[in-house]
Amino acid sequence: MDDLKDVILEYVIEEYGDEDDKITCETPLISGGLVDSFSMVSLKRFLEVKYKISITDEDASPEAFDSVNKIADLVRRFIS
Amino acid sequence: MSYSERTRGVYQQQLNDIREAGLFKQERFIHSPQAADIEVEFPSGAALKKVINVCANNYLGLSSHPEVVRAAHEGLDKRGYGMSSVRFICGTQDIHRELEKVVSEYLGTEDTILFPSCMDANAGVFEAILIKEDIMISDRLVHASIVDGMRLCSAEHDTYKHGDMDHLEKKLQQFQDKRLRVIINDGVYSMDGDTAKLDEIVRLAEAYDALVFVDESHASGFIGKTGRGTHEKCGVVGKMDIITTTFGKALGGASGGCVSGRNEIVEMCRQRARPYLFSNAMAPVIISGVLKAFEILKRSTELRDKLEENARYWRKGLTEAGFILKKGDTPIVPVMLFNAKLSQDFSRDLYGEGIYAIGFFFPVVAKGQARIRTQLSAGHEKHHLDKALAAFIKIGKKYQILGKTEEEIIAMYGL
Repeated sequence: MDDLKDVILEYVIEEYGDEDDKITCETPLISGGLVDSFSMVSLKRFLEVKYKISITDEDASPEAFDSVNKIADLVRRFIS
Repeated sequence: MSYSERTRGVYQQQLNDIREAGLFKQERFIHSPQAADIEVEFPSGAALKKVINVCANNYLGLSSHPEVVRAAHEGLDKRGYGMSSVRFICGTQDIHRELEKVVSEYLGTEDTILFPSCMDANAGVFEAILIKEDIMISDRLVHASIVDGMRLCSAEHDTYKHGDMDHLEKKLQQFQDKRLRVIINDGVYSMDGDTAKLDEIVRLAEAYDALVFVDESHASGFIGKTGRGTHEKCGVVGKMDIITTTFGKALGGASGGCVSGRNEIVEMCRQRARPYLFSNAMAPVIISGVLKAFEILKRSTELRDKLEENARYWRKGLTEAGFILKKGDTPIVPVMLFNAKLSQDFSRDLYGEGIYAIGFFFPVVAKGQARIRTQLSAGHEKHHLDKALAAFIKIGKKYQILGKTEEEIIAMYGL
């Protein structure tokens, strides 16, 4: 696992997880009912501040934020 | 006409998708007034069936209360049927303002403004009082109408874990640079039946200079010693900055809602809240009924006391029978079944036994948290509850879930 995924996974577990949740990089977050898309705004804000990027609303879709792997892919696009 | 076959097909496909996902909602036609005993036509065209209703928001049994009905008749005779106007043109009667004052006095607030519904109140209030330099911090389980209201507002938003005060505090610390902070909660959470910790929330609001918003739709009239709401239960009457509530549940059950709170906030809504500015005034007949409902509640706590006793009796009966309930002390008592199909089968079988209760599952509640949500009423007598309890036990035995743990039920039926 690379650093980016590590950072995102750690934030997701801290911000959205409960004690019983076993969240991995593949866990479907929104479609799996773990997080609602409305609450994903804090993750988007966190990523924008940490990586000094601006993710457009169009790109911040529920599909793009549905797992740590997908979020990492999205962030990479904006960093590069 | 541009409603072509292609266009029709687009919608038919969407409706089919909803059906295939098991999310298609079918209405049941009730042929009687709303009450504990109702007559239902379901499915459409079927013979009428007498059933006991344990899923209405008719918490105090006022929906068909003779005094409320009589007052509504009198209001109709004295003030007419409709206003044919929004409030600020020529839609405000003396009784509209009278109700606003009655609500303020009842809730312990400075002023109140009526809306056509609490949905409209929640949709309009944030946009009316906040700008993009502000932050709205909401509990993750607030009602959908609040989420819609926040989406319509230019202020930033964030959420905190349900009922988690440490998480809320972190968010308040994070947003100290904002012009205004608003902490947003339901008083009673309608799917779980638990209550907001308003005393702790007020403490945090005072420490971090934040406004407190609470939706009391499932609380006004019966939560707290005299029924004023969750703020009374938590000992913080007078400290709520914004309360929204409905007249469509305990307070007569017809329709209408309000924003009640600080003078300036109410006045901002009167000037800027779009659902208020662009919707007709509440009909005089409803205003008259709601005024009577408040009069009944101020006269005695008999109805909310009976409701409390009914809820206690119901919880005790279900718990002793071996059902798993969501913890709480409100008249919302969720019977946990976890599996979506089981919740639907259970509801259908209850109906067969003459008990009307609905199963809820994802996305209305979290995945794996399917349930039958039961709601008590002061209109329920012991014989209603005993019959409903017997039906729950009979169906519970059929599905072999009595006395089983969550893990065991999930092992039998899956998530």
